[in-house]
Amino acid sequence: MSTKNFLFVNRKAPYGTVYALESLEVVLISAAFEQNVSLAFIDDGVYQITKGQNSKGIGMKNFSPTFRALGDYDITKLYVSTESLAERGLTVDDLMELTYEDADDDYAEKPSIILVNREEMAAMMAEQEVILSF
Amino acid sequence: MSMLHIVNKSPFERVAFASCLAHANAGDSILMIEDAVVGAVDGSSFSDKVKAAMSDKTVYVLGADLAARGLEGKAMEGIVSVDYAGFVDLTANNDTTQSWL
Amino acid sequence: MKYTILVNEGPYQHQAADSAIQFVRAALEKGHEIFRVFFYHDGVNNGTRLTVPPADDRLIQKAWTELAEKHGLDLVICIAAAQRRGIMDADEAKRQGLDANNIAPGFRISGLGQLVEGGIQADRLVVFGD
Repeated sequence: MSTKNFLFVNRKAPYGTVYALESLEVVLISAAFEQNVSLAFIDDGVYQITKGQNSKGIGMKNFSPTFRALGDYDITKLYVSTESLAERGLTVDDLMELTYEDADDDYAEKPSIILVNREEMAAMMAEQEVILSF
Repeated sequence: MSMLHIVNKSPFERVAFASCLAHANAGDSILMIEDAVVGAVDGSSFSDKVKAAMSDKTVYVLGADLAARGLEGKAMEGIVSVDYAGFVDLTANNDTTQSWL
Repeated sequence: MKYTILVNEGPYQHQAADSAIQFVRAALEKGHEIFRVFFYHDGVNNGTRLTVPPADDRLIQKAWTELAEKHGLDLVICIAAAQRRGIMDADEAKRQGLDANNIAPGFRISGLGQLVEGGIQADRLVVFGD
């Protein structure tokens, strides 16, 4: 099967709706198809990867640790909108430290989060072949 | 590589439309469907943003959605009205589509 | 051109399913191929045969079934999303020890891989949702 550039666009906050969780389920499945997968976190989507999520009080499962596993599935490109962070009073320090081990560089640990501005995000989107948004 | 951006949310209720305009590249196409068609009306607090986008992108509106909301004939000048067949043509004529849900 | 369609919302609550049906009809009329329609999130609710809308309302589930019968469409409901929301075919209901199933004719239940495969195989993927 051919390889395509897949982009998953995440623009919604977690827990209030199921979109973030079920989007992540597709991302994990796509890894099995060995596609060139990227994720974009724009607008309220940046809340999906904040650190210190504690969902005990709402009776729902905290699924944010799953993002930490993405590197093991060779999903290593998580583009985060700097404007979206700034608009929400957040910085990269408010996000989980998401990393992967680079097999081409002696398994050095590298960051998966790529901070991009709107122009860079738009340029990245223009490279995609299949764009899934939920 | 050109992209068709599909927006279906009112710009007065959610940021999806504004986010779409902020991320669309020159030469791309933008299609308003469902509740997003309210963004096609001239003289609103959002119409200047749509006009700015029209300087280097083509903006379309699904005519049936506009008519359903009592807004037929109220789209600002320069916005191209299409039917569902025209919607299909837009997806075929652009390399990719992105829905701003 | 070959299309995969993703429907993320259920019928009647959002316009997404209506828009998707209109789009699919128009694409077929133009001679395009619909490789697959994948139903995810609340979109799985398009596939229950137990909807009974008022007599003057449109029949969304029946429209899908008719499109499937007439054009051989592959209507796929995500199994994980369907299990969460109580959309069952006979095999799955039996496997889960449930007393009934509700899947409509023309639909089948399968995994999320069918969506990814749809994205790979089709020339275009169009998403309808909220």
